[in-house]
Amino acid sequence: MAARTAFRVLEAHAVSYRHTWRGSVITTFLNPVLYLAAMGIGLGTLVDRGAGEATLEGITYLAFLAPGLLAATAMQTGTGDASYPVMAGMKWIKTYHAALSTPVRTRDIVLGHLGWVTVRLALTTVVFAAVMSAFGAAPLGRALLAVGPAMLTGIAFAAAVTGYTAALESEYGLSSLFRFGIVPMFLFSGTFFPITQLPGWIQPVAYVTPLWHGVALTRATALGQSPPWAATSHVLYLLLWVAIGVAVSMYNFRRRLVK
Amino acid sequence: MGVTYPLVPPPLVSARSLTKRFGDFTAVDAIDFDVEPGESFGFLGPNGAGKSSTMRMVGAVSPRTAGELTVLGMDPDVDGAAIRARLGVVPQEDNLDNELPVSENLLIYGRYFDLARSVIRRRIDELLDFVQLSERRDSKVDSLSGGMKRRLTIARSLINEPDLLLLDEPTTGLDPQARHVLWDRLYRLKQQGVTLIITTHYMDEAEQLCDRLVVMDRGEIVAEGSPRDLIATYSTREVLELRFPVGVQESVLDRIDGLAKRAEVLPDRLLLYTDDGDETIADVGRRGLEPESTVVRRSSLEDVFLRLTGRSLID
Repeated sequence: MAARTAFRVLEAHAVSYRHTWRGSVITTFLNPVLYLAAMGIGLGTLVDRGAGEATLEGITYLAFLAPGLLAATAMQTGTGDASYPVMAGMKWIKTYHAALSTPVRTRDIVLGHLGWVTVRLALTTVVFAAVMSAFGAAPLGRALLAVGPAMLTGIAFAAAVTGYTAALESEYGLSSLFRFGIVPMFLFSGTFFPITQLPGWIQPVAYVTPLWHGVALTRATALGQSPPWAATSHVLYLLLWVAIGVAVSMYNFRRRLVK
Repeated sequence: MGVTYPLVPPPLVSARSLTKRFGDFTAVDAIDFDVEPGESFGFLGPNGAGKSSTMRMVGAVSPRTAGELTVLGMDPDVDGAAIRARLGVVPQEDNLDNELPVSENLLIYGRYFDLARSVIRRRIDELLDFVQLSERRDSKVDSLSGGMKRRLTIARSLINEPDLLLLDEPTTGLDPQARHVLWDRLYRLKQQGVTLIITTHYMDEAEQLCDRLVVMDRGEIVAEGSPRDLIATYSTREVLELRFPVGVQESVLDRIDGLAKRAEVLPDRLLLYTDDGDETIADVGRRGLEPESTVVRRSSLEDVFLRLTGRSLID
């Protein structure tokens, strides 16, 4: 019964999505095309002519960048769906309040919401993987395998950001999250260049970010060079973020909505 | 020999010493009440009296701080979801999804109750017909008027064919015409035997819709009864309202003694409680008082509230 009620919440998200999917499908498809064309091929040609191949251990910049972007895109999708929409449900449209006067409980809302973000992540990352292999960044099979770690990255962010957003009184906290959290992570967690290029003192910061683990895992999977112990530690670290995120979300949803 | 029990159905809601505190603030202060099946029960009181807090506890969305509460024979702290499955709720503040069409608001809500899509589709037709919104079925909620949104919220609350309908300030913020349309629909539900619990700070609403009500003030129940009983107990048959020119009212206060059973002094007028308003007007004239205007009206729950608390319902 519990899982069933959470599934009803997921279903409600799907019903809403029918009205907005056109816009999001275009973004989902266009984003990887633009990024891979501009950075993977445009910038990549420069990098590969320079010292790139040596630093990247013999692979092209495109092959290096694409799986990193795949993980980073999952982060953005997960974060995006867990920020403003949660604020809307909590405060602006109060869809959560409406749901809570039915048999739905706060934990069903959290799980249904994260379940829906997972569906969205699956759609986004599969499209990305297809575009990526069309660009020749990885064979289709390995690109699709990399969807798994990318989705895990996205879910880790979705869970953590849901918990964070649920505690916010106003949307200003979200601009700070993007400005000081998501954007720096996007730029400095190994998506665009190996973090060994960063000054030594700042590298430990990068190791703590969930995106670095997501990027490393996704990249290793796409390149078919994933040492099991490293992969295991990345997976465990991301799962830890999921677990903490879900727990904090459930706690904050209850605190905010059941008074 | 067995004991025979009378065939009286148990109350749908029963509260004993029900209390809700938010930090140091006591919103609901140890109140007792029962709501019987089929009746239409009201909480009348000004904003902040504790009506909505009580409603949210009955609706199994807000845990009580102390006391006992049984809703549909169950404890909201234990069986909240099972209770909510059999309730219909019209919250004070509309929480429809503005981005979605009318019908999908009902569909999503019906699915929360785990109803089959075919059942929901049939009920959407019936309910939109009932609240006179069939033509707006595919309109975005955003485009509806305030009265239409309220009617849609009522339709939504009925999607699970509830045993008990909770209406928190159902007509606040609506224009008079929209209020009357809504009252008419609620009256029909009442006639169909649906048990209603209504909170309101409008006495006319309470008089129209409630078989029985409690008057709440500052978290406590200060009176209980049918609208007619309350008026008979706490007021008189008629009320004479006198208006004097600005500044004059104060000077006449010592000359109204004995004109009526009771007098209330409001900032803009004097209320004289009497069984015969016209007779009292004549007495006022005989004392040489010259009010700017006089109105004789029937006593209302507003007068009851004024008598009980010394304050007006709507500040």
